[in-house]
Amino acid sequence: MSVLPIRRQTMVEGDIDLSKLERRLREPRTLINAALNWLVAGLTVLAMVPLFSVIFMLLWRGGQRLGIALFTELPPGAGMVGGGIGNALLGTVIMVGIATLLSVPVGILGGIYLAEFGPNTKTASVVRFAAKVLTGLPSVIAGVFVYALVVTTMGTFSALAGGVALSILMLPTIILTAEDAIRMVPHRMREAAIGMGCTQTQAILKVILPTARPGILTGVMLAVARAAGETAPLLFTALFSDYWIRRLHEPSASLAVIIYDFSGQPYPNLIEIAWAASLVLVLIVLGLNIAAQFYLRKSFTK
Amino acid sequence: MDTHDHAPTPATIKPAAPAPVPANGAHANGNGNGHSIVEVKLKALYYGSFKAVRDTDLAIKRNAITAFIGPSGCGKSTVLRSINRMNDLVRGFRFDGHIHFRGRDIYDTKIDPVAVRRHIGMVFQQPNPFAMSIYRNVTFGLRLNGYKGNIQDKVEQALRGSALWDEVKEKLHQSGLALSGGQQQRLCIARAIATEPEVLLMDEPCSALDPVATRKIEELMLELKKRFTIITVTHNLQQAKRVADMTGFLYVDTTQGARTGYLVEYGPTEGIFNDPKEKHTKDYIQGAFS
Ligand SMILES: Nc1ncnc2c1ncn2[C@@H]1O[C@H](COP(=O)(O)OP(=O)(O)OP(=O)(O)O)[C@@H](O)[C@H]1O
Ligand SMILES: [Mg+2]
Repeated sequence: MSVLPIRRQTMVEGDIDLSKLERRLREPRTLINAALNWLVAGLTVLAMVPLFSVIFMLLWRGGQRLGIALFTELPPGAGMVGGGIGNALLGTVIMVGIATLLSVPVGILGGIYLAEFGPNTKTASVVRFAAKVLTGLPSVIAGVFVYALVVTTMGTFSALAGGVALSILMLPTIILTAEDAIRMVPHRMREAAIGMGCTQTQAILKVILPTARPGILTGVMLAVARAAGETAPLLFTALFSDYWIRRLHEPSASLAVIIYDFSGQPYPNLIEIAWAASLVLVLIVLGLNIAAQFYLRKSFTK
Repeated sequence: MDTHDHAPTPATIKPAAPAPVPANGAHANGNGNGHSIVEVKLKALYYGSFKAVRDTDLAIKRNAITAFIGPSGCGKSTVLRSINRMNDLVRGFRFDGHIHFRGRDIYDTKIDPVAVRRHIGMVFQQPNPFAMSIYRNVTFGLRLNGYKGNIQDKVEQALRGSALWDEVKEKLHQSGLALSGGQQQRLCIARAIATEPEVLLMDEPCSALDPVATRKIEELMLELKKRFTIITVTHNLQQAKRVADMTGFLYVDTTQGARTGYLVEYGPTEGIFNDPKEKHTKDYIQGAFS
């Protein structure tokens, strides 16, 4: 019994040594294997084409405006030269920041509840269902909802309303990824914590959350990346401004809306600005995604 | 929490001496009688409507190693885990009976299970260090208890106590998960003993380890019993023979359709292995050694 596998192994080794490429190509299964490998490689490259052509296009059209002025100057008026996207970049950062502040605590606490306290309760299944539906919510709906809720009551478009709208889009992603990340913490870690004399709260704070942190942060970064690029909800909430933002309850510019607005204008300067803004936005989103990947990878190799 | 008194108990029980188990009424005199630190009086134990264990009474000797043996599913882990109320985590768990720890019934409604677990530590079957550095693993319990003394010394002491110090002293701040399985298990032992619990529960602590690592843990257990009381579960009868002072045989006759386990026989290890009184014990031990 034990002789057989050893024999077969040496035979296979002999085959490879003796007749390298030719022999292998003649066998149908190696042919099929090679063909499928090429097919997969080809399709993978094909799938990358849109991403890289977008980046190439953005670099081509928007790259020339990349410079200090782009980040420090206000958007130019119609027919003017120069200008930048300073206020839009700042607006996006502020609104995404507000959205993050609102959605991260609620989302992580929600994820903890779903994973730890009531995983099998009715409440949990309703919340989970709602979160899944919300992930697919068209972003314009979030905009209209916050328009009715915040903009009409405050009587003005504002950065605050924009942040609230973006937080609605971020929340479900954060809840669901946090729940997943917490569930992925092995049961024996939980037992170890309880066995050491932790209360449930201590077990969650001291052991489970730190262990789940990379997964949770990945979810947060992906949600931020999504929110940064949203246009529709901001059109209904933050609208636009040609000036630097001074207060949170004033309208604010944002990268997404400046792209939307300027790209439709008949002035080449504005169109150039729109391209540059697109490039900046894509770089931000790409950076966040890469950071998320990197962080998750690190957590697995640790 | 409070500081644990580690009154040195000179009574090292010699395995050969067939000292009779102290009468079960011993808990009446407060902190136990110097011999038994834990007294299990289990009438029935349920998981939901399923009665997992019945009629299991035994007194655990201080500074000795007590081993539970028996066929799979007879409730060894269940009994062990009820001693520090780990089973409270299981939904539907119900315990009918008493377990006295130094004379206090830990199933009394006034008792806080979290406090119980700080006195009765546990080492699990699968090594389960936290995803932290070796150092932070060992100090975990100390920080939890708000320990004020010299943490550095405690870490060294605990790691020496678990025979791991020499292997990790250079890399205390690396992840505990980067150690080998046997090292991880010794790290878990260090983590458990750092807070100086009085009793250490070990559920098949060697079953995930190779023979060399197993022998290391066994030697460690013999060393640790000078300072702690150890209750362990093992499938390895040789191991029970090598390390245990007292052995309890639990049994469930699944061939007869029964699923409720119970304690068949309990006494000094020598007696259980060489001169079992009950037929089930005899059959099990003979079956395992033939
Ligand atoms: N969490 C649980 N929920 C429900 N039933 C359980 C649970 N844990 C154990 N049981 C049941 O209780 C009985 C005793 O299980 P236990 O794990 O204590 O056996 P054991 O003697 O440790 O077995 P093994 O040697 O295989 O580890 C078994 O019938 C088992 O199915
Ligand atoms: Mg078990």
